[in-house]
Amino acid sequence: MSIPPTRAGSSDDTPREPLEGFGEDFSTLSVHAGEARQKPGDSITDPIFCASTYTFTDTQAVIDYIEQNQTREEYGRYGNPGERVVERKLAALEGAEDAVLYSSGMAAMVGLLMTKLSACDEVIFFDECYHRSREFCTKHLSRFGVVTRQVRACDYEAMEAAINPHTKLLVSESPTNPHMSCVDLERFAQIGREYKVETLIDATLATPYNLRPISAGIDYVLHSATKYLGGHNDLLAGVVIGEKDKLEPVRKLRGIMGAINGPQNVYLLSRGLKTFELRMQRHNENGQRVAEFLENHPRIERVLYPGLPSHPYHEIAQETMRGFGGLITFFVKDADWRETANIVDAVKIPRIAPSLGGVESLIEQPLVMSYYQCTPEERREFGIHDNMIRLSCGIENSEDLIADLKQALQR
Amino acid sequence: MQFRTRAIHVGNERCPTTGAVVPPIHVASTFVQPGAGDWGEFDYSRSGNPTRKALETTLASLEGGSGALAFASGMAATHCVTAMLRSGDHIVAGSDIYGGSYRLFHKVANRAGVTISLVDTTNPTNLAAAITPATKLVWIETPGNPRMSITDIAACAEIAHEHGVLLGVDSTFATPVLTRPLELGADIVMHSATKYLGGHSDLMGGALVMRDSVLRDELYFVQNATGAIMGPLECFLCSRGLKTLELRVREQSRTALALAEWLKSHAQVTRVLYSGLPDHPGHEVAKKQMAGGFGAMLTFELNGDFQQTKQFVQSTKLFQLAVSLGAVESLIEQPASMSHASYDPADRAKHGITDGLIRLSVGLEALEDLQADLQQSFETIN
Repeated sequence: MSIPPTRAGSSDDTPREPLEGFGEDFSTLSVHAGEARQKPGDSITDPIFCASTYTFTDTQAVIDYIEQNQTREEYGRYGNPGERVVERKLAALEGAEDAVLYSSGMAAMVGLLMTKLSACDEVIFFDECYHRSREFCTKHLSRFGVVTRQVRACDYEAMEAAINPHTKLLVSESPTNPHMSCVDLERFAQIGREYKVETLIDATLATPYNLRPISAGIDYVLHSATKYLGGHNDLLAGVVIGEKDKLEPVRKLRGIMGAINGPQNVYLLSRGLKTFELRMQRHNENGQRVAEFLENHPRIERVLYPGLPSHPYHEIAQETMRGFGGLITFFVKDADWRETANIVDAVKIPRIAPSLGGVESLIEQPLVMSYYQCTPEERREFGIHDNMIRLSCGIENSEDLIADLKQALQR
Repeated sequence: MQFRTRAIHVGNERCPTTGAVVPPIHVASTFVQPGAGDWGEFDYSRSGNPTRKALETTLASLEGGSGALAFASGMAATHCVTAMLRSGDHIVAGSDIYGGSYRLFHKVANRAGVTISLVDTTNPTNLAAAITPATKLVWIETPGNPRMSITDIAACAEIAHEHGVLLGVDSTFATPVLTRPLELGADIVMHSATKYLGGHSDLMGGALVMRDSVLRDELYFVQNATGAIMGPLECFLCSRGLKTLELRVREQSRTALALAEWLKSHAQVTRVLYSGLPDHPGHEVAKKQMAGGFGAMLTFELNGDFQQTKQFVQSTKLFQLAVSLGAVESLIEQPASMSHASYDPADRAKHGITDGLIRLSVGLEALEDLQADLQQSFETIN
């Protein structure tokens, strides 16, 4: 499957698209899609609307708004002009109809799950999904009578076997984090269609530049926009993307639960998207080069990166992805957790921090960063090894990153 | 570390208090002092601000200078340089400079008794002829605006320094990605940070970067005394923009070169002014002092009159009609009626700013889309 051409979002409130009659190049969409050609105050960029509420000229205007179901702003929790611009832009980049923006990736996940699942409903996860997403289901949605089933990542037969008449949603990431397993999206979507169960792919690590789940038949795409979409490690946001009708109840529930994003944050996200293609090209290039360097280094036992022929999902990744992003997981040969930590401490350019996808490279040892409180058995279950390092390659010069890793590994 | 890595890391140290990977935005106007008469690093935000300092540190690194100063606008930065001069001092400036600099020199700096001569600096010997014993500053812009003329920075530095005169270079169009004037001998490099440095059409700012720390201190004194500093939110946005500066400028330059080549062969175009074209008079110098691209500004002359040119710039759909430049969005304008309207008509004519000139700021959109947009605009002119 090649990357299909993108198309602009088409919600009713879309102002005149600036791209009519033009090709739909990714970079052109990143800069212009979703924005009105002529903006308030004739500004070249969208103004940041900080208003918490929106005024009506008189009582009749309020009545008209309600009776005629007019498209306009009302109260900040229900929508903001800047938020709508970013939603349209993200939908266009994903080749989808609509997008609903949240204050974080987890808020987006929770918003979708809460909309789609009721008591006695069931959800099935591939077990390499973000542990906080699964934890939300097993520990919290369970309180409301929702049943969560987990099957091995990419075990499609196990997933089919777990489906029953109560199943409402199939969930996976692709690639998964930190194992970088890549889902056969068409097969995943096909299972959903066959059993009339909706499908959700968290494509945060891939981004719409590298992977297009919607065109493979997936119902919902989710991103932690904190990562590559925002791209500068300076905002938190999440988004659910899909068909407008299906997202309508999701949007309504967001308005009730209130996990919306602030106007300044939304502006930074929109601004970050303007350089999205350039950044992704560089992340892809750096990821591939650094992964190749690590794989050939004598101190490295194994590298998990879908762009490497040694990766178990290399073939499906090559068929479905334009590039493989900046995230690399690798294992240090014959190293215990402390020796592994020494390498993390010795690098100079990547900083030790959770998160990924920003211009600055980040590094972490999953054992320490996210699974420190877990028992060894739990870590084994999650596939977290003592000698595992996760590196998020930023957009620095790849030679600088490689030289830095080289000196850290020489110690 | 290489340029791109420095653009991301130098000046952006992790926050020592919280570990934040992006330094916080310090909006404070004032800073609590350790004791009466005992001053901390920052006292009052006009004199210094941590967010501004971070940006200045990055800029100094990217330009290879000893220090940088961030201003409220490019004009505030240029004004700071002229405010350092004294009554009776003389400036020699290039004739292909931004209209706002022309206005500052001729209509503001002159009030303080500073005199000004404009010369065509594409031939550096003109410079030597114009320098007098009163000359204190040579001010050049390369590529020039709007004719994209190229001035040999190293040659100008040599002449200026022979006469004990400072060389200032407005390097807004080139950016430190392509040209680093201080490495070529200039004393001051100036940027309208509103353009490529910020890069997203969403901040106003200016910058000066100095080779020598004594000169930096002298200009800092003027900046602090006159107060036209860049605000902390703008500093943050500018620092954020710098992180993708190299990617943006290289990509935009590639697109501009392809557009210039296409326009050159277009029947409705009488000439294209772009230093990346081999027949441009500054091509050889540009090849020498611009590395990896010739910039993303290009000017061409439509085979048409003032009205037709006006119609052309109003007919594009992707190129938006606006002054300013250097951002992700492509812009179009007619210098005669817009960016250079502040030139006297006689000076406009003298400096080759004809009615048919059209200036493009090439953004990050796809080449095919931009080319199709210009083509449909050509088709409206018949």
